[in-house]
Amino acid sequence: MGGIRIGADVGGTFTDLVIERVDGTYASTKVLTTYDAPEQAILAGVEQLAVDEGIDLSSGVVDQFVHGTTLATNALIERRGARTALVTTEGFRDVIETRTESRFEQYDLNIVLPEPLIERKDRLTVSERRDARGAVLLDFDEDGARALIEQIADVGYESVAVGFIHSYVDGTNERRFRDMLLERLPDISVSISCEVSPQMREYERFNTVCANAYVQPLMASYLVRLRDQLQARGIACPLYLVHSGGGLMSVESAAEFPVRLVESGPAGGAIFAADIAARYGRDRVLSFDMGGTTAKISLIDDCRPATAKTFEVDRTARFKKGSGMPISIPVIDMIEIGAGGGSIASVDSLDQIRIGPHSAGSDPGPAAYSLGGLDATVTDANLALGRLHPDTFGATDINLSPGLADEALARSVGNRLGLDANTAAVGVVEVVDENMANAARAHAVENGKDLGGYTMIAFGGGAPLHAARLMDKLGLDELVVPSGAGVGSAIGFLVAPFSYEAVRSFYTSTHDFDVAGSNAVLDSLTDEALSFVRPALSAAADVTVERQVSMRYKGQGWEIPVMLDAASPFDGFAAELLSAKFTKAYEEFFGRAIDDLAIETVSWSVRVSSIVVAPERIELSSVPESTLGATSTRDAYDAVSGTRLPTAVITRDDLIPGVAIIGPAIIAEAQTTTVIGSHHVCTMQRDGALLVTRVRVDQQGARS
Amino acid sequence: MTITEPPGSQRTVNAADTLHYQVMWNRLISVVEQQALALIRTAFSTSVREAGDLSAGVFDPQGRMIAQAVTGTPGHVNTMADAVPHFINDIGPERIFPGDVYITNDPWKGTGHLHDITVCTPVFRDIVGADGTANETLIGYFASTAHVVDIGGRGYGPDAKEVYEEGINIPIMKWAERGRLNQDLVNIIRVNVRESDQVIGDIHGLAASNETGRRRLLDMLDEFAIDDLIDLAGFVFDRTAAATLQAITGVEKGTYTNEMVVDGYGEPVTLAVTLTVADDGMHADFTGTSAVCPRGINVPLGYAHAYFTYGMLVALAPELPNNFASLSTFTVSAPDGVILNAKHPDPVSVRHVLGHFVTDLCLGAIATALPDRVPAEGAGALWNFQASARSADVSDPRPPVEILMFNSGGTGARPRLDGLTSTAFPSGVRTMSVEATEQVGPIVIWRKEIRPDSGGVGEQRGGLGQIIELGPTEGYQFDFSAMFDRIDHPARGRHGGGDGAPGKVYLDDGTPFAGKGRQIVPEGARLVLELPGGGGFGDPADRDPEAAQHDRVQGYVS
Repeated sequence: MGGIRIGADVGGTFTDLVIERVDGTYASTKVLTTYDAPEQAILAGVEQLAVDEGIDLSSGVVDQFVHGTTLATNALIERRGARTALVTTEGFRDVIETRTESRFEQYDLNIVLPEPLIERKDRLTVSERRDARGAVLLDFDEDGARALIEQIADVGYESVAVGFIHSYVDGTNERRFRDMLLERLPDISVSISCEVSPQMREYERFNTVCANAYVQPLMASYLVRLRDQLQARGIACPLYLVHSGGGLMSVESAAEFPVRLVESGPAGGAIFAADIAARYGRDRVLSFDMGGTTAKISLIDDCRPATAKTFEVDRTARFKKGSGMPISIPVIDMIEIGAGGGSIASVDSLDQIRIGPHSAGSDPGPAAYSLGGLDATVTDANLALGRLHPDTFGATDINLSPGLADEALARSVGNRLGLDANTAAVGVVEVVDENMANAARAHAVENGKDLGGYTMIAFGGGAPLHAARLMDKLGLDELVVPSGAGVGSAIGFLVAPFSYEAVRSFYTSTHDFDVAGSNAVLDSLTDEALSFVRPALSAAADVTVERQVSMRYKGQGWEIPVMLDAASPFDGFAAELLSAKFTKAYEEFFGRAIDDLAIETVSWSVRVSSIVVAPERIELSSVPESTLGATSTRDAYDAVSGTRLPTAVITRDDLIPGVAIIGPAIIAEAQTTTVIGSHHVCTMQRDGALLVTRVRVDQQGARS
Repeated sequence: MTITEPPGSQRTVNAADTLHYQVMWNRLISVVEQQALALIRTAFSTSVREAGDLSAGVFDPQGRMIAQAVTGTPGHVNTMADAVPHFINDIGPERIFPGDVYITNDPWKGTGHLHDITVCTPVFRDIVGADGTANETLIGYFASTAHVVDIGGRGYGPDAKEVYEEGINIPIMKWAERGRLNQDLVNIIRVNVRESDQVIGDIHGLAASNETGRRRLLDMLDEFAIDDLIDLAGFVFDRTAAATLQAITGVEKGTYTNEMVVDGYGEPVTLAVTLTVADDGMHADFTGTSAVCPRGINVPLGYAHAYFTYGMLVALAPELPNNFASLSTFTVSAPDGVILNAKHPDPVSVRHVLGHFVTDLCLGAIATALPDRVPAEGAGALWNFQASARSADVSDPRPPVEILMFNSGGTGARPRLDGLTSTAFPSGVRTMSVEATEQVGPIVIWRKEIRPDSGGVGEQRGGLGQIIELGPTEGYQFDFSAMFDRIDHPARGRHGGGDGAPGKVYLDDGTPFAGKGRQIVPEGARLVLELPGGGGFGDPADRDPEAAQHDRVQGYVS
C-alpha cells in the first residue's frame, strides 16, 4: 500500500490530473486532451506529476486510479460509434426518429431535428408484444428472430441494441433475443433495454439502449488499452470509472454499460462541491462550475447531489430542451447553459446583447488569445474590464492581448450599439451573469426550492471570476472558492464513493397498493445495485442502501421522489405510509396538497454506496485576524458601484489563513482568478479556501 | 453610466441606460418563465404538461402584456394578452384589491373554448408617495391559462350544437377576494365537471403560478430598487414596436389573398384571407370564409388572430418576443357569422382544428412576397385521439377511462429543407409515450410508425405522416370523438411540389370512419389512422439525386 491515489478527468479541451499524496494533500496538472487516443494525455500527465512529486510509479505506490471521461459523450455527439442495428417490436421501428413529434424551437421555420442515432434502414423489427402489465399479447416470433439474426450477420453489424415495448416490466423476450444472437454471433456486442435502462417511456429507453450499443465497442477497447498501459507503467492498482450518478464503478461494469459514463466530468464537480459542503457543514449549497463552453449549476442539499432519471446529450440548439437525445440513466441533476469564457457575444434584432451558445473554444479561442479569433467572448470582456491581466493569466503559453479584445468588443457589440469597448464589455458580463442567475432560478423553481440561505461553491476555470456577482444577483450571502478550484472535478473523483443506482418503472396506486410487487421490485433493485458495488469492497465493508420511490397524484405527469425508511419490507400499512410521505413532500414543493386523490408510484430506485470517510469538519470564519493591504493595484471594473476603481491585485499563494481582503480585489492563482466587488470581503480559511461575504454597511455608511 | 448600485441605495432611473433595461427585461422574462414552470409542474391536464397547452404573462396596470413565457402554445399568443383588459373592465377598477384572484373560461374573453381557464392576479406594492406615506399601489397583473381535464357538458368533442352543451361557462369573476377563496364558486365548478379534484387542483395551480410570478416580480423590483414597471414597460414596448415594424418591411406593401378548402364537419369549409401590409402593421381580413357550422369546430376571432400572428412572427421576426407592442402590429377582422368569427352561443369546443389551418392560410397569402421563406402546406391540425373507454358488455360494468393521445402528421417542405416527419406545426404539442398511455388506460397501440410515401414530392419533400393502429383491451370498447381533417383535402404543395397524402380513418376490417364526430370502436377491433403528409416544395425533377436515393434506402419512399 503506497497510499497514493490518482484522479484523471478527460475533458473536451484539457485532461486534468490530480495526485492525492499520502498526507491527503493534492498536486495537479493540466495537459491538452489527445482526441484520438485519450490514454496518451493521461499517461503523459501522470508521468509529469510523478516527476514533479519524485514518485517512482513502478514501485506500486499507487493504490487507486479513478477516471472520468467525455469520450462516450463525444462519440455520441460526433457520431463516431460502432455500426449498430436496433431490433425492436414490430410496429415501433421509428420511435427514435419521430421522437416527441414536436419542435424544440417554436419560432423557427427552418428547424432541423436531430438525426436518430441509428438510421431507419438499420432498425429491424420482430413480432412480439406484451401489455403494460407484462402479459403476452403476441408470442415472440422465434423463426422471424432467426431470420433477422442472419440479416444482422450478413450486413456485418458490430453492435446490436434490443428494445421491446414494455420490456421494463418483463424482459424475457429481449434476453431470449440476446441469447439467440450470441449463439449465432458470439463476438458481437449486444445491449438490451431491460438491463441498460428499465424505465417506462419507449423513446427514452430505446434511445438509451441505442446509445449504449453505439459506444460500447469503442469504450470497451479504450478501457482495456488504458488499463494495459497503466499496468505497463507499474500502475497495477484497480482502475475505476466515475459514472454520471456521481459514484465509482468497475472497468468491467463500465465496459458493459458505457452509457453510464456520459456525464462523468460534471458529476465529479458535483461530488467535489458536496465534499466541500460536508467539510463546512453547509446543508444547502449551490454548486457553480464554469468552464470554457458552458456553466453548470446544481443544488446540493444535505451534502448529497440529487440525481435525475433522465437527461439530454448533445443539445444542438442553444442548449434547448428537446434539441438533444434523451438518455435515461441516473445522473446528477444539474442545469447546463451555453455560458463559458469562450462564449461569443452578439447583438440581436432588438439591439440586445446575447451571449452564446456558440463558443470560440480553444481554437481560435477568444480574440485576446491572438490565435485568429475575431468574435468577442466573455473572456475578452473580462480582460477589457481589467479583471484578467496578461501578467497574471494562468495559462502561461497564451499571450493575452487587450488590444485585440477591445477591437473584438467594438466589432461584435460596441459599433452596433454605439458603446465604447469598456461599456460593451460591461454589457457582456452583465448579460452572461444574468443568464446564469436566471438559469439557477429556473432550476430552483423546477425543483421546488427557494435559494434563500444557500451557499455558493464556485470552481472551474471561469466560475470564480463571476461568482461574487452571481451571489449578489441570487441574493446569497456566502461564496466559497475552494482550493483546487481549477481541477475540482478530478479532485471530486477521489472523494466519490463506490455506488450504483438501479432504477425500474413499476406502477401501483395507494388506492390498490401492490405490497408484494413493490417489495419484489425493491429487493431485486437492491440485489442489482449490490452486485455492482460489492466486488469493489472488502467483505466486511458496510454499505449505505438508499431506497426511493417517485410518486405523483394520479393524472399528473411529473413525479416527486420520496425517500423510504430503512430496509424494512412494506406491510399492510404501506399505502398509508407512502401517502403521508408523499403529501408532506408535495406540500413542501407546491405549498398545498390535494385531498382524496389516488397517488401512484411510477419508478423505484435503490442506490447502494460505500461509506466514505466524512471530511474533517472545518468552521468557516468571516472574522478576520488580519487585513492584507494591497501590494499592487490596477484599475478594474467594479460591478457593485458600476465604475472602474483602483483594485487590489493579490496572489492567492501569498495569503495566509485568517487574512481578510476588502473588495474590490482580484485574487489570482495558476488556474483561475477570483474577483470580488467593492462591498465584498474575502477571508482566507485555514484549508486554503476563500470565503466571500458582503461587508455590512451600518446606518452611517461606515463599514464594519 | 450606472449598471447597478449597492442594495438599498436609491437609483436614479436614466432613460438612456439601455443595458440596465435589457437586464431588467431579461429578468422579467425569467420571472414569467418561472411562473410557467410552476404551472407545468403541478398540472393534471395532459395537454398542459405534455403539450405545453398553457401560457403565462405579466401585464402593466392598463392590462398591456409586457412579457410572456416562451413556454406555451401559439393558440394563447394574443388570446391571453387580450384577456386581461377584459378582467379589468368586468371586475371594475374600484373592486380590484390586494389578495384578489380572478377567473374566467369565457371563449370570447379568454382563449377560445371552455376548456381553457384563465386566472389573473393583480400585483400591489407599497410605494412611498411625495408626502412620505406608503400606499399600496396597483403595479400590474399576472395571468396564466391552462387547458383543464374536463369542463362538464358533453365532454371534449365537436358534437355540441351550442356552447351551452360544451360545459360550464364561468364569467369573469373573483376566485378569491382579499385572500379569501370564493367557496361558492368552487362548489359550483365541483358539481359541474368530471374529475373535479383535478380541475379544482389545476385552478389552484394557475393561481399559485401567478403567485410565484408576483413574488418574483416584487423581489426583482426590490433588487433593482424601482417602484413599478412603467418605465421598463415603456422601454420594452418602444424597442419591440420599432423592431416589429422593421421586420414587416421585409414584405412588400400591398394586398395578398389566399384560400384554402378543408374538410370541416359534414361539408367542406373554405378559409379565405385578404392580408394587407402597411407601414404600421399587417391586417388579416377573413371575408369570404364559410359560414359557422352547426357543430363545435367554430373559431372565436381571437383564436384565429393568434394563429395569424404566430404565422407572421415565425416568417418575419422569429426573434421578437410576444408582448403588447409586437402583437398590436398584427390585427384581424371578419364579418359576423363566418366560421373564423364565431359568436356566442356558437359551439367552439374543438376550435383548434380550423384554427391551426389559419397559420398555413396566412403564410400562403404572403408566399409570393417571401418565396424563400414560406413552406408548403402541412398536415396542420393535430390528429388527437380522444376516447372514453367503456364496458363492452353492459352486464359486466367497468369504470370508464378517458384516453387522450396527441399525434401529428407531416409538415410542409421548406424552401431549402424537407418537411418534418410526424411533427406538430403550428401547434407546439408533444406526443405521449405509448407505454405511458397503455399504463393509464385500457388501450393497446399496436403500431405507431412512419407512413412511407405520404410526403408530397418536390425538390424538397413534404414531411411524412404516420400510421397508428390501436384498439381497446379485452372487455372494453371506445366511444371516441373524431376530430381529424385533411382526409378529403390534402396539404397542397408549393412552387411545383406535389400534395401531401390525404389522411385515412378506418377499422382493420376495412370499415371506413368519418373524420369528425362520435363513433364506436368495438371490442376486438382495431382503429387505423393514416395521418396526412405535408406538401412538397419545388419541382420534383430538381430533387438532389442523393436525397432521392437516401429516401429509397431508408424506406421513406418506396
